[in-house]
Amino acid sequence: MSVSVRIPTILRTYTGGSSEVSAAGETLGAVLDDLEASFPGIRARVLDDTGALRRFVNVYVGNEDVRFLDGLATTTPAGAQVSIIPAVAGG
Amino acid sequence: MSTVVLREGAFGNATGLACRECGHTQELGPHYACPECFGPLEIAYDFPTLTRADIEAGPSNMWRYKALLPVPADIEASPNLEPGFTRLLKANNLGRQLGITTLWVKDDSTNPTHSFKDRVVACALSAAREFHSKVFACPSTGNLANAVAAAGARAGIKTVVFIPSNLEHGKQVNSAVYTDSLVAVDGNYDDVNKLASEIAGEEEGWAFVNVNVRPFYAEGSKTLGYEIAEQLGWRLPDQVVIPVASGSQLTKVDKAFTELIKLGLVEDKPYRIFGAQATGCSPVSQAFKNGHDVIRPVKPDTIAKSLAIGNPADGIYVLDICRRTGGAIEDVTDDEVREGVLLLARAEGIFTETAGGTSVAVLKKLVETGQLDPELETVVINTGMGLKTLEAISGQVGPAATIKPTYEAFVESGVS
Repeated sequence: MSVSVRIPTILRTYTGGSSEVSAAGETLGAVLDDLEASFPGIRARVLDDTGALRRFVNVYVGNEDVRFLDGLATTTPAGAQVSIIPAVAGG
Repeated sequence: MSTVVLREGAFGNATGLACRECGHTQELGPHYACPECFGPLEIAYDFPTLTRADIEAGPSNMWRYKALLPVPADIEASPNLEPGFTRLLKANNLGRQLGITTLWVKDDSTNPTHSFKDRVVACALSAAREFHSKVFACPSTGNLANAVAAAGARAGIKTVVFIPSNLEHGKQVNSAVYTDSLVAVDGNYDDVNKLASEIAGEEEGWAFVNVNVRPFYAEGSKTLGYEIAEQLGWRLPDQVVIPVASGSQLTKVDKAFTELIKLGLVEDKPYRIFGAQATGCSPVSQAFKNGHDVIRPVKPDTIAKSLAIGNPADGIYVLDICRRTGGAIEDVTDDEVREGVLLLARAEGIFTETAGGTSVAVLKKLVETGQLDPELETVVINTGMGLKTLEAISGQVGPAATIKPTYEAFVESGVS
């Protein structure tokens, strides 16, 4: 169940500069756990102390904001594109 | 973007970037999200002593406030649209109709591309220039695309502007006339915004005005607040009604007022800030009414397309400010938006777009529901021009009669 994860500029210090990495997991939460195993420290940048998505980060599975889906429980089918994007843009 | 060497004074009195959430600081650069918590970065300054006379001696555009903006002292020397210092009109007729004793309209439809966006783009253009960006770009609900395309043309920098493909015809033409790179995206604004954020993360040398240079861009909206105070004779109004899309403008008007107080340029006094949304895209208004301090994103469905941001970046700060100042956030239906456009046009001779219709309709509703005090001095901001959104009301207005060119026909028409 491999998915592709797009990494924003400010998190590329964790991925050795890579803007796109592979991760495994059946849900977004599991994908983030797998990312953490590969790139220690990255999960705490995306999730707050309570384990919820930080309010200034948007995560998409495909083109859909996971806040419109099931949040961290959103399923991530094989081949899915996951994107982590800072929320403070636009307007 | 890679590191660029900044010239001395490139950003005037700005000293760095600071995260609004966690306070983390970093050097000035084309950055917008805090590397620690993803929070929004804001410009930190070391303001000099500034007098009213210093400002009044400046040009009749927003650069009279350049000491309070992240721009160089020689900003007037570089080609730009010279926006701002738009008229503040006493709106006696509208005030009478709504039962408000003292009402003003800050009319930003008179800016070079006919919306307040020329202000923010002017600051973003300066940042793009100082960062040696090769492309000047934005995701936009329309007005911003117009402003970026025009400012880039005048500055001689390549522009690429992205809009939702269902945008009003007028707003598309008003961008395409200035640039050969208007890109219509199949999706809503939030989809376009996501795409822009992804491009900004991959492409070297692109200055997306409201993405990677957003901290610089957003400061331009402060000039609306400075001007309102200066044009009222260097004092703050009691109440201001401001439309809310991303919420940036509202937060910056509040910032402008607090800066003027701190700098001693106006007397400290209470003021209330009110936000206006269209019901079909009212995530901030709904959160306000429900007492929430987080915003639940929505899928926009309203004719007020310039306000159709379902996931507003500064929504939570709008909640904070309206609550702190004793204001409110209200929303109105599309029919009320249309009525608001006609109300302002017929009362004051100002043809606003749907965002302005939203603000006027919300102003009316705030009075009717007792949320706004009609005895206090009130300013409503008109952010854009009705000619860009003709579709919204063209079904409601038109000839009262079509007649033969004879006096008899005129008499028979009943028009008097």
